[in-house]
Amino acid sequence: MTETATTGTPADAEKSRRDFLLVTTSTVGVVGTALAAWPFIDSMNPAADVRALSSTDVDITPIEVGQAITVVWRGKPVFIRHRTSKEIDESAAMALEDLPDPETDADRVKKPEWLILVGICTHLGCIPLGQRKGEPKGEYGGWFCPCHGSHYDTSGRIRRGPAPKNLTVPTYAFIEDTTVRVG
Amino acid sequence: MTTPTWTNPIIKWIDYRLPIFTFTQHHLVEYPTPKNLNYWWNFGSLAGVVLVIMIATGIFLSMSYTPHVDYAFDSVERIMRDVNYGWLLRYLHMNGGSMFFIAVYIHVFRGLYYGSYKAPREILWIIGVIILFAMMATAFTGYVLPWGQMSFWAATVITNMFTAVPLVGEAIVNWLWGGFAVGNPTLNRFFSFHYLLPFIIFALVFVHLWALHVHKSNNPVGVDMKGPQDTIPFHPYYTIKDAYGMGVLMLVYLAFVFFAPNFFLEPDNYIEANPLQTPPHIVPEWYLMPFYAILRAFTQEFLWIPAKVLGVIAMFASVGILALLPWLDTSKVRSARFRPIYKQVFWLFFVDCLVLGYVGANPPEGYLILLGQVATAYYFLHFLVVMPVLGIMEKTRPVPDSISAAVTPGGTSGKEDT
Ligand code: HEM
Ligand code: FES
Repeated sequence: MTETATTGTPADAEKSRRDFLLVTTSTVGVVGTALAAWPFIDSMNPAADVRALSSTDVDITPIEVGQAITVVWRGKPVFIRHRTSKEIDESAAMALEDLPDPETDADRVKKPEWLILVGICTHLGCIPLGQRKGEPKGEYGGWFCPCHGSHYDTSGRIRRGPAPKNLTVPTYAFIEDTTVRVG
Repeated sequence: MTTPTWTNPIIKWIDYRLPIFTFTQHHLVEYPTPKNLNYWWNFGSLAGVVLVIMIATGIFLSMSYTPHVDYAFDSVERIMRDVNYGWLLRYLHMNGGSMFFIAVYIHVFRGLYYGSYKAPREILWIIGVIILFAMMATAFTGYVLPWGQMSFWAATVITNMFTAVPLVGEAIVNWLWGGFAVGNPTLNRFFSFHYLLPFIIFALVFVHLWALHVHKSNNPVGVDMKGPQDTIPFHPYYTIKDAYGMGVLMLVYLAFVFFAPNFFLEPDNYIEANPLQTPPHIVPEWYLMPFYAILRAFTQEFLWIPAKVLGVIAMFASVGILALLPWLDTSKVRSARFRPIYKQVFWLFFVDCLVLGYVGANPPEGYLILLGQVATAYYFLHFLVVMPVLGIMEKTRPVPDSISAAVTPGGTSGKEDT
């Protein structure tokens, strides 16, 4: 080592070669470990059987005007509300600039008399009240979340309280006039 | 430190290969400890005792517990009614959780009062903060296991906090749940984490003690040990004192277990989880209530950051900020004994935490909303403004030259009666 050290350059070359080897092997090691971690992480994601339960068919004939039912889709409650014409008009008439999360009623329904929503408060996931007779519907005639006090209107839009977003509209389709497929 | 010479040939043989006896001698027997520690120094070892009880009762509970949404609630009821001494194991475990937090909170406030987080004990303190986070995660996952109404809804509300993360929030919660709502995969993995985390805490406690044994204990006077005259050996002086403290702890702990076993529990948790019915008032366990109050204190968006995101950040920050305290506290003096203003500020902070706990326990209505916001603001002001400014402004009282000078004035020998 002494003779190379005195000449200078070969030692430097040796050093940078070693640095290069160190950096490349460590990089490959780190990337490899990260790749190997993925199967473990992904195993925690929804499994195939959970994903397979992706749609629910609902017969909507028994729901009368002004009534609502709750069905389960992917383990979540889904609200199906047969709106009255008054509720439909109120929702449509609402000025967008007065909404915290602006969306027209028309964008949130396929048929105005049927409002279909995921019944989970967009704040921290409680189920808002207002589905059953006698439950508080909040100040805007839709739903009221008791957990931290969010009020939703007759289109399921957030009007007041800590929830940041409107109640989610799930993907759904009317496969017949009397049957909805959620999911 | 002297290396002991062992006379027993078997001990000698083992110690030569694995110096476990020498280690014990150094760290548990002759280990030099400040001679003036008061009873507030008992709570570290008490927390350790409770951790061991939690692991022991937990392992035996697991033998009769079924982590499945259809059976979990019934399996806990079976533990209560049919399993021999199952009620005892469960009540020890349930109340042990509360005892653990009582011991650790006292332990932390002790550190705050006597400035134990200051140099050179910053890493020791930060490991403590990590242990606190891990304890919270353990207690939260454990609370979900009996699959009562509070279990389910606490899991729902807390995991939903991650939807506050921009863009990937939804993906994160689905990953946490293993589904599209809290369900069986969630319960399964919570059980797995609940089993794992206490052992991680156990390992962290070891690292905590390792750091402790480098610079050794702080003490009520807050000045370093200067020599043998300031110390006494850990055994028998503190082994006996810790054992006495343990007796008192067991008295309190077992009084709850036998006479008020459900004192800390929400009655709603004896109703089986119903994913379609939110209970009117969701509350976490008492030891998480101050943090829950901080989460809910944010009701308005600020700088376009939604209220929900702010609440979640503030809640994690309220524990995390403790890790920065060694640098936020600018005072050169450790112990509150010689800091007349800090001494009062400390109690103000303590009361603030109690107020937050009270707010967290009650529905956010009327004056409680404002109270929660004021208490949250003060909580952060304490760390971010009061501590840095006070350290510079405060006129401290004269600090004694040594432990002996403070506790055995006139004497130089540690053998004197204190
Ligand atoms: C850091 C220590 C621990 C804490 C703070 C803790 C906390 C808790 C809490 C609060 C509960 C709910 C009690 C109830 O409402 O019934 C619980 C339940 C449970 N824990 Fe732990 N735990 C700890 C360690 C362990 C360990 C090490 C195991 C297993 C090896 C374990 C196994 C269980 C089981 C099976 C249950 C469900 C039965 C029941 O609810 O009583 N725990 N834990
Ligand atoms: S979960 Fe609905 S208001 Fe918080």
